Parts: sequence; structure tokens; C-alpha cells
Amino acid sequence: MSELTGLYALWYRELKVFSREPSRIVSSLIQPLMWLLIYGTGLGSIVSVSSTGTSYQSFIFPGILAMTVLFGSLFFGLYVILDKRVDFLKEVLVAPLNRSTIFFGKVLGGSTDGLIQIVLLMILGALFFGIPLSFYSVFMSFLIVILLLVSITSLGLTIGAIMESPEGFGLITSFVIFPLFFLSGALFPVDKLPAWLHVFVVINPVSYAVDGLRTVILGISGFGLALDFMVLIVFAVVMVLIGTAAFKRMKI
Amino acid sequence: MENIKPIIETKNLTKRFDKLIAVNNLNISIHEGEIFGLLGPNGAGKTTTLSMLATLLPPSEGSAFVHGFDVEKEPSKVRHSIGFVFQDPSSDDLLTGRENLYLHALMYGVEMHDINQKMDDVLKLVDLTDRQNERMKRYSGGMRRRLELARGLLHEPKILFLDEPTLGLDPQSREHIWSYIKKLSTERKVTIILTTHYMEEADQLCDRLAIIDHGKIVALDTPAKLKKSLGGDVVTLRTKDPDLVAVKKLHYVLDLKQEGDQVMLTVDNAGTHLQEILKKIGNVESVESRSPTLNDVFLHFTGREIRDHGSEGGTFERMITSRRK
Ligand SMILES: Nc1ncnc2c1ncn2[C@@H]1O[C@H](COP(=O)(O)OP(=O)(O)O)[C@@H](O)[C@H]1O
Ligand SMILES: [Mg+2]
Repeated sequence: MSELTGLYALWYRELKVFSREPSRIVSSLIQPLMWLLIYGTGLGSIVSVSSTGTSYQSFIFPGILAMTVLFGSLFFGLYVILDKRVDFLKEVLVAPLNRSTIFFGKVLGGSTDGLIQIVLLMILGALFFGIPLSFYSVFMSFLIVILLLVSITSLGLTIGAIMESPEGFGLITSFVIFPLFFLSGALFPVDKLPAWLHVFVVINPVSYAVDGLRTVILGISGFGLALDFMVLIVFAVVMVLIGTAAFKRMKI
Repeated sequence: MENIKPIIETKNLTKRFDKLIAVNNLNISIHEGEIFGLLGPNGAGKTTTLSMLATLLPPSEGSAFVHGFDVEKEPSKVRHSIGFVFQDPSSDDLLTGRENLYLHALMYGVEMHDINQKMDDVLKLVDLTDRQNERMKRYSGGMRRRLELARGLLHEPKILFLDEPTLGLDPQSREHIWSYIKKLSTERKVTIILTTHYMEEADQLCDRLAIIDHGKIVALDTPAKLKKSLGGDVVTLRTKDPDLVAVKKLHYVLDLKQEGDQVMLTVDNAGTHLQEILKKIGNVESVESRSPTLNDVFLHFTGREIRDHGSEGGTFERMITSRRK
């Protein structure tokens, strides 16, 4: 019972803080919108995805959703480091709560932030970019996005728990984030890639989120929805386990 | 009278960071209801000691019992018994004072139907009722400290740790905080362990006091007894070419230190003997006599001023020390 109220407390903090920084929400939306507008229109005039039956802009929309999750949620781990710099983290750690509860509270908070961004993006996508949305596609997209949010937030928190400085955090995340993004098929169809590069796409869990989102929103399928979900569920479970262990070992 | 068990007890408590021994074989017993102080310069190991007692850091050696629970075996029970006010800011700037309290109450499992009442009570105790709905970004350093003090009490702990409760505050806010600490000690009967490197704070607040230096206790007693332990008054003389040999022989001169043209004496009953000392010492430019302060006690036990942050050597390295008895 007290672990549950503790979980609620941590979630409450994240949401309050999130809602008090409107600039954080706005800036988190600007980047994906720029990609859709500039990259989507610009490259769309060269890259042909005509075989898929959609415009290039629509084609990358699911990829941009995944990108928003990737960048936003990984970055969320930075707040752990900022909390370490003052004694706020100690205040949380000295409370009679399990470390795993603290970790889950953070994952819950970070994922909620991310989900709010995704909802806003999908509304903007439907209104201004002609993305077809149905009850089914929205519901399924949420499932996929939530799995990805939990995984990537856990990854960010793991890095935050291990690293001591914001600079170190930035270094590690940039090593992680760019391969995960560019080799996920977010921006181009992956079936034409050379075999050696294709291997990286196949072992990148983010690819399955992009593929799943593209399947449920646009009806363009690569791996198959069942495999997408399986990979994402395993990815989420593994990342949560790693993150919990990292939090248990975290030094103050 | 029944012999009561101490509420906090450490046995050879030790913490190492690689080669550095931050806390070195600490043995203390703290009794229920007292205000116990850890007085020492920066880096003496005060925060590390509190962190071990609060289960935030595992001891390298030795053991500690808080409210009867072993910090290593039953950390969760220990954490339920304590409140902690940290050295550095530990509240969320974007939240209001009341929201920070609410967060804390939830994390400590305070009963839902009690939360509002308890928040009102502690806010009143530290006079922050009027400012409770402002974001903490706008709080002054003193207000922030008061809120964190209130927060530490919210779950009604038996024991409260205060790590440098007035660090960086102006004198007026400092005295404010002192009065709150005294108030909650008498009104709420919590046991308080506070660390400080302000002599005056230790003197004003603490029932008993451990002076710690390089992770070790060098003296432990009530402030009054510590001062008395020097055995006399402190006389400071400014003089050229003093004849110290003769002065040293006087039986009521208990301790003598010289630095440059300044001579510091510990004199039993200075009022009666001062004339005689001045006669022996010769050409004196200035003289000052006063009762000892904790600063003198610290100097006596460690050979350094507490303000002397750069630990090793320094100003008093060349000091001549001679003690009798
Ligand atoms: N996490 C840590 N890793 C390495 N050294 C530390 C750590 N925490 C404290 N120290 C060192 O231990 C000593 C005692 O520190 P601390 O307990 O913070 O002193 P105080 O609170 O009395 O100023 C200092 O020399 C400090 O540099
Ligand atoms: Mg300290």
C-alpha cells in the first residue's frame, strides 16, 4: 500500500513539473514538426516511396513518432543526474520505499510525459499532414508507443543512474541514440539496404516500433505485427530489469 | 530509575572511500530527546556519518543501530524512524512549498486523512502558512530551510538529522532556525542530531557535542564541560621578545601557544593572576582576557582553527605548543 502511494507520489511530481514547464512541451514538438515539414517535403521530392502507395511525408510520420519517443525519453534520464547534483535524489532515496518503486515511479512519469507529446503530435498529424487515423490505429499506436516509451525511458534512467555528470550523459546517449534512430527505418524503406546494414536494422528493437506504427497507421507492413509486439515486449521487460538493477546499485 | 538504551549507537563505525578514511572508528551513544551535535570543519566526515546512519551509504566496517534497528539489516525500519534535512537544497523548485510537503507525505505513507492536518501543523510551526502556495523558486534560503525542516517532521519521526541546518544563511535567518530547532525539540520531543561547523550554533543548541576532525572524535561532552575542560580563561597578548620561559613555569598557566608576536595562554583564574603574568613577560602591547569559547576548545584539541579550511599545516604549523600536567 505505501509502495503504491509512493509510486503515485513520484508520478505526481513528474506531471506537476511537466505541466509547469510549457516550454518543454512546445520545444519537444518543434523538432518532430520540423522534420515532417522540411525533411518530409524536401527529401520527399527525391525519395520515392511510391511502391507503398503513400506520400513520403506520411511514410516518415510513424518514424517521427518513434523519434520523438527516442529523443524525449532517453533525455528524461538526465533529470536523475540533475537531481543528484542537489540533494533531491537523497530526499527520495531516504524515503522508506523500495528502489524498484522509485524506478517504476520515474518510468511512469517519463512515459506519461512522452505519451502526452505523442497524442499532441498525432492530432497535429491528422489535422495538418493528412495522416489517416481511426479508432483502431490510434489504440494500437498507443500500445506500441507505450512499450517503446517504457523501454527507452528505462534506458535513459539506467544511463542517468550510472553517469555522474550531464556531459557524460550526453556523450553516452549520443552514441546510443543515433544508430537506434537512423537504423530503424524511420526515414527510408529498409528493404533496399545492403545486407550488412540490414542486419543492424533487424537487431535494432526500435525498428519494430517503427514497423508496427507504420502497419497500424498506414497499412505498410514489414516484419508483421505479431513479431513487432513480441520484440517490443521483450525489449521493454529487459530494459525494465536492467534499469531496476541500475537503480538498486545507484550510489548517491 | 531504569537505565534507558541509547536511541542511536555506533560501534567502530568506519567509512572508506578508496584510500581516504572519511569516518574512522566512530563510537557514539545518543540518548532519546537530546540535541546531539557533530562539530567539525569541512571534510571532517559529518555528512558521511549521517548518511551511514540514514542507510544512504553502507559502512565499510563497524555497525550502527538507529531506534534499535541495525542500519545494514533493517534499513527500511530505520528510514521509517528518521527525518533528514540535507545539507544541499532537496526540494523541487517548480513545486510550491505545500506540494513538496505533500510529495513527502505520500512517500512516507502518511495516512491520507491526516495529510492535510499534518501539513497545516508543520507549516505553522515554521511560520510558512502564508507562503505555502508559492513556488519554491521564489523562496529565500532561510525559507527553504524552514520548509525542509517542516518536511522532515511531517511523518513524525522519532529522530531528526539536520546536516548543517544554517549553512550559508544570514545571521538573522540563522537565529530564526535556531529558535525553530529549540521549539521542536521541546514541543515534539524528537531526538536531534545536527552537524555544523559554526561554534556558536553548537554552543547554543546542543546538549552534547562531539568534536570531530579527520573522521575521528577528538572530544565529546556538553558544551559547558568542554569549555571548562580547558581549565581556565584565555589570555591573548601581543608582545615583542616575550620572556616565555618564566611564564611557563607559573603553576596557573596551563597552556601556552605562540604565533608571531601573539601569545595565547590558558590561565586558571586570570582575574587574580594577570598582573603577575604581565610583569614577567615584559613589554606588552595589548592584552585581552576572556572565558574560553568552543573555538578555543577546538583549537586546543586539533591544533587548528575551525575556519582554517585547508586542513593540513597552514597558519598554525609553526605554533609552539607546550602543555603542563
Ligand atoms: N562519495 C564520496 N566519494 C569519495 N570521497 C568522498 C565521498 N563523499 C565524501 N567524501 C570525502 O570524505 C570526506 C568527508 O566528507 P563529508 O562527510 O562530506 O565531510 P563534512 O560533511 O564533514 O564536510 C571528505 O574528504 C570528502 O571529500
Ligand atoms: Mg557535510
